[in-house]
Amino acid sequence: MSVIHDVIPAFELFQPATIDDAMMLLDRYGEKAWVLAGGLDSLEWFADRIKRPKAVVDLSQIKELSGVRSDGGGLEIGATTTLTEVVRHRLVREKYSLLAEAAEAAASPQIRNQGTLGGNVSQDARCWYYRAGWPCYRAGGNICYADAPTGLNREHAILDAERCVAVNPSDTAPALIALDAKMVVRTPGGEKVVDAEDYFIGPALDITRMNILRPGDLLTAIRIPATWAGAKFYFEKVRDRNVWDFALVNVASAMTTSGSTIEQMRLAVNGVAAHPVRLKAVEAAVAGKPRNEETAAVAGQIAIQGTKPLQYNGYKVPLMRNLVKRAIRGVAGEEAA
Amino acid sequence: MNFIQWATSPWGERVPIHISWDLLWASAIAGALFLIVHAIYVGYWAKPAAEPPQDSKQAAAAARLPERVARHSFGARAFHWVMAAAMFVLLFTAFLPKVGVRFSWLTIHWIAGIVLTVSVVYHIIHASFWLDFWSIWPNSQDLTDASRRLQRALGKPAPPPRKFGKYPLENKLFHLAVFFAGLAVIFTGFFMLYRVPTPFFTRNPYLFSDMTWGVMYVLHGLAGVVFVALIMAHIYFAVRPEKLFLTKSMIFGWISREKYLEHHDPERWPLEGGAPQTGQSKAPEAAI
Repeated sequence: MSVIHDVIPAFELFQPATIDDAMMLLDRYGEKAWVLAGGLDSLEWFADRIKRPKAVVDLSQIKELSGVRSDGGGLEIGATTTLTEVVRHRLVREKYSLLAEAAEAAASPQIRNQGTLGGNVSQDARCWYYRAGWPCYRAGGNICYADAPTGLNREHAILDAERCVAVNPSDTAPALIALDAKMVVRTPGGEKVVDAEDYFIGPALDITRMNILRPGDLLTAIRIPATWAGAKFYFEKVRDRNVWDFALVNVASAMTTSGSTIEQMRLAVNGVAAHPVRLKAVEAAVAGKPRNEETAAVAGQIAIQGTKPLQYNGYKVPLMRNLVKRAIRGVAGEEAA
Repeated sequence: MNFIQWATSPWGERVPIHISWDLLWASAIAGALFLIVHAIYVGYWAKPAAEPPQDSKQAAAAARLPERVARHSFGARAFHWVMAAAMFVLLFTAFLPKVGVRFSWLTIHWIAGIVLTVSVVYHIIHASFWLDFWSIWPNSQDLTDASRRLQRALGKPAPPPRKFGKYPLENKLFHLAVFFAGLAVIFTGFFMLYRVPTPFFTRNPYLFSDMTWGVMYVLHGLAGVVFVALIMAHIYFAVRPEKLFLTKSMIFGWISREKYLEHHDPERWPLEGGAPQTGQSKAPEAAI
């Protein structure tokens, strides 16, 4: 299939100044509208002439969607706040360094300057069959080319695959889940606030979307409660090229300890399923346990229960297990064994 | 509105991938319109069927009939309700996600599909060897009677139609439509199991060409939306007051002697050891 990269199909561009105006436009154009934040995912789709929206609603002029604000002991981060702003913000670095680390692990400095937090968590799958415009399940067709006898699926899912085996590529998503963040979504029916882990959905629920946003919905902000501020954090991303690449698997955790005992923990991995996976069984298993190698080993084994690797991504199983073990042990230099 | 959704395969071939899901609404609206038009026609225009005089032979036959006339065996009723449950599950799991209700539907759908398939296989064997196989298929007598009914409804002279056999023509036509639509969903659904993870087959999405798969998906979807209208009509007739005795018979297995004599021709639906023969020529299905 030839892909033309030089001409983007025509669309009507809107640059509303308020959320209300944006909502009105999204309502007017429905499924034919496209929300543009940083544009790093969107413009690739347009340039490849695969997504052809009638109207593009550019959020860049809506001031209220940008910036980091204190919010009752926690933080509220506007959806179009750039990843660089998130990385550099003093409160984020002081209280939620997990998110700063995750945001800094995303892409390259130039991309982080342009890419937004809302865009990073809402970006589409990176499966190359899907991105090439082939009529796969995620594109509304009736086949998964990656999960086929000859499919190239080294980067694909080992968990929760149902027909589609694409994975969620976001680095900040598992960090937000570990921090128990809330996603603030404006819908035609009003505002709703959902837990970060419920924001993402797998193909079993909707094979054409990676999050709960429906046409007409808009992610406006992400709220991080004070609950895990200043906790012990761990983030690690494994990728093919350290300079700039999507995660093969990443892990994010927030932990409180009492001496060498784990009091509480929230742990999420990404790159293993179509949605970031919160490992509740691991969290329950390690609570009250000493933070040592033995606990880490048990946690790693629990983490990989239910995994179903494809032909070429079996390596993700030990990778996920070891990343979870490392998250339990913590970074080098801490008190972990 | 396009009836079929098309896509370009990786090899540049234009292939069908699905029906247009707008057809779901078209089917539901068509079904609803049919119900409304039928209800209005029956309520305002249709003339009540004249009660034919009971001859002495029929009166004598009535005396020999049991009070409750067996209509559906337990096996037949069990099949009907198992199939109905499977069909509802299939329709809900197929179409609720299409109208925006998100849930994990695929596994439930294919399990219900297997239940439907097994129940249909049972039904075919049961009907072939234990029931009067031909009694449900339309025959020339049904068409002749239907033509007479139509002419009389239009005020034209025509001989009176005979009473029905075990199944009225509407039943037979519904069964015929379900037969074809069911065959389509079961045949295509069986092969579609190769596309999803099940314990039965090793997944092989390349079992057929993209075009063949596309045709299968279109057939599966088309039969599915046809079922929406068919099931709407079926439920409508099942709850209509004049048909309620037939619905009850699908639960309890029998109809009353009066209903039997009122609606059915003992020649065309002879009862084992109970139904009299009046000496006239037998209808084809009664001769089986």
